[in-house]
Amino acid sequence: MSTETPEPVDTVPGTATVAGSDFSNDTRTQSVSEAIRDYGVTLRSGDLGALPALFGLLALVILFWVLSPDLFLSKANIANLLVQALPVSILAMGLVFVLLLGEIDLSAGVASGACAAVMGRLLVDAGWGWEISVLFAVIVGVAIGAFIGILVAFMRIPSFVVTLALFLGLQGIALRLIGEGGTVPIHDKFIIALANEQMPIWLGWTCAGATTAGYAIVQLLRWQRQNARKLARRPFPLVVGQIIFVAVMILGGTYFLSLDRAANPNVFFGGVPWGVPLVGALLIICSFVLGRTKYGRHIYAVGGNSEAARRAGIRVGSVRMSVFMICSVLAAFSGIIAASRLNSVTPDAGAGNTLLYAVGAAVIGGTSLFGGRGKIRDGILGGVVIATIINGLLLLHKPAYWNYIITGGFLLFAASIDALARRRRSASGR
Amino acid sequence: MGTLSDNEPPTLELVGINKSFGAIHVLHDVNLAVRPGQVTALVGDNGAGKSTLIKCIAGIHPVDSGSILFEGRQVSINSPKDAAALGIEVVYQDLALADNLDIAQNMFLGRERTKGVVLDEASMEQAARETLARLSVRTVKSVRQQVASLSGGQRQTVAIAKAVLWDSKVVILDEPTAALGVAQTRQVLDLVRRLAETGHGVLLISHNMNDVFEVADRITALFLGRVAADVKRADVTHSQVVELITSGRSGDLGLASSTAAESI
Repeated sequence: MSTETPEPVDTVPGTATVAGSDFSNDTRTQSVSEAIRDYGVTLRSGDLGALPALFGLLALVILFWVLSPDLFLSKANIANLLVQALPVSILAMGLVFVLLLGEIDLSAGVASGACAAVMGRLLVDAGWGWEISVLFAVIVGVAIGAFIGILVAFMRIPSFVVTLALFLGLQGIALRLIGEGGTVPIHDKFIIALANEQMPIWLGWTCAGATTAGYAIVQLLRWQRQNARKLARRPFPLVVGQIIFVAVMILGGTYFLSLDRAANPNVFFGGVPWGVPLVGALLIICSFVLGRTKYGRHIYAVGGNSEAARRAGIRVGSVRMSVFMICSVLAAFSGIIAASRLNSVTPDAGAGNTLLYAVGAAVIGGTSLFGGRGKIRDGILGGVVIATIINGLLLLHKPAYWNYIITGGFLLFAASIDALARRRRSASGR
Repeated sequence: MGTLSDNEPPTLELVGINKSFGAIHVLHDVNLAVRPGQVTALVGDNGAGKSTLIKCIAGIHPVDSGSILFEGRQVSINSPKDAAALGIEVVYQDLALADNLDIAQNMFLGRERTKGVVLDEASMEQAARETLARLSVRTVKSVRQQVASLSGGQRQTVAIAKAVLWDSKVVILDEPTAALGVAQTRQVLDLVRRLAETGHGVLLISHNMNDVFEVADRITALFLGRVAADVKRADVTHSQVVELITSGRSGDLGLASSTAAESI
């Protein structure tokens, strides 16, 4: 989960500071103004967190709203945009794990295609149910990830090379499975529903309410526990503020998606797409693993300083291998959602710019390409930004080449912010 | 300075340690004792065998012959894990801290406390703060501060505190002040002294004579792989120690002139 405690960094190297020493931040509650000042210091030291993504999203929304006022902010288009963001976000969430170690998985996009192809063939030709087909797709994902992981972690081949090889190899496998120029149509009701059907209105509200309440309870209990045991904690108003922000986002989104967005006034069409709770569940599970478990802590440690992790007794090789497996499994989920959205699997599913979008999403969201810094929510935040660009450009009827140029530019821009932030960090810290 | 006398039985004792890398005989019959409550300084020129010696103690290099006694018992240290299990912690010169984690997270790295599958952050944070407070480290604002934001001295402090957290009996410090400024060196030397006062046996590897004379109770000088002298700090002067380091002998102290000469 998010640990957005503003990190105080105002110790001047070379001085045994008296002010702001003695665990002063731990033993008493910080005031809001102090917390805000500390946050300012954090920002200046180059740790921007989710800010670039949030401002980028705001700028893009305003831009596209001005350029196509009627279409872009229509209810139908926003819902469509969210569904477009689903596969990118899931893939980006997987890549966050790999990027946290400072590695890269260039084959994640085509792995999602290959897994979807396996699922498609099993559904259509073998006539198996969606449960078994999805299970097999996930198993293929595990196998791909394990293969990459062994080569990278134990044979020490750079992940760039291994996954570039698989980028080509897996496209070959997808082509073999589906056949040149062929497509596998998906008719399974469950799979189709993921990206094309909406939850009943009452269920959407129930999920939203339960998630919001759960989030508030977890945050409040944590603060209360920290306060009771005199641990480092954020000012209470900030905790409440964050809960309100999250509640407004979740409940407001649910309200918006529950409105009637049908073009025809005689029918009702609304509700939260089924894919949204799926991504929400993945977000909660992955955030829990990264933020609250030993394994997650070890991922950050290996990404921050693998030598320190090795000396601390962490099995660096196993951690390195496992993140590729997680990434490929999430890629499989991403491929399934993409197949659902298109109602079919094609040999080039997940090829082309899919991976570029996902890496871009993770980096725009705030995950560092240099390892050690990032959160799962970055994938979703960045995924929405990327989907906004794709969606907005499509509405403007710009030629496709603009799409490539602008997305490539955005990725470079995000990577530059990341690199600059890293330089500021090494300049301000030691 | 030491609260415990030299007669205290050593926590860690090396007797007649030999180590060769191929044809190169790096350590000759080295004897060394680390006593509880004392700081033993290990001094020597580059290539005298200091690093090899601590790597033997840390379990990175196996010794060729000689014995290692821990609390009077003969032990064999074959891996860093064995050393840690005995209660020997090594703080290396290149600090083994992860910049992206906070102080508490670093101190518990690899040995995290959990409740079920969930990390027990509260108890780790409290233990980290208690350990730092016990060592009278009062220069950090919060144990939830990222290590990246700490000064060199504070980082060294965290690395040392990390070693103390694990009920270690012997703490080996490899050049802890090498990269530090004056004020930060002060902080770390104070901490080294407090380590001894809290009953740890401390082995301090250093090039800096000022540091050695400030904190050490005993000085062991290595000269080309042999122990030139093992003396009380109070019994020697600055220049004598420098002579021991550079030529292996100083007046009555040190290797017999024949041995010193043949080593050269």
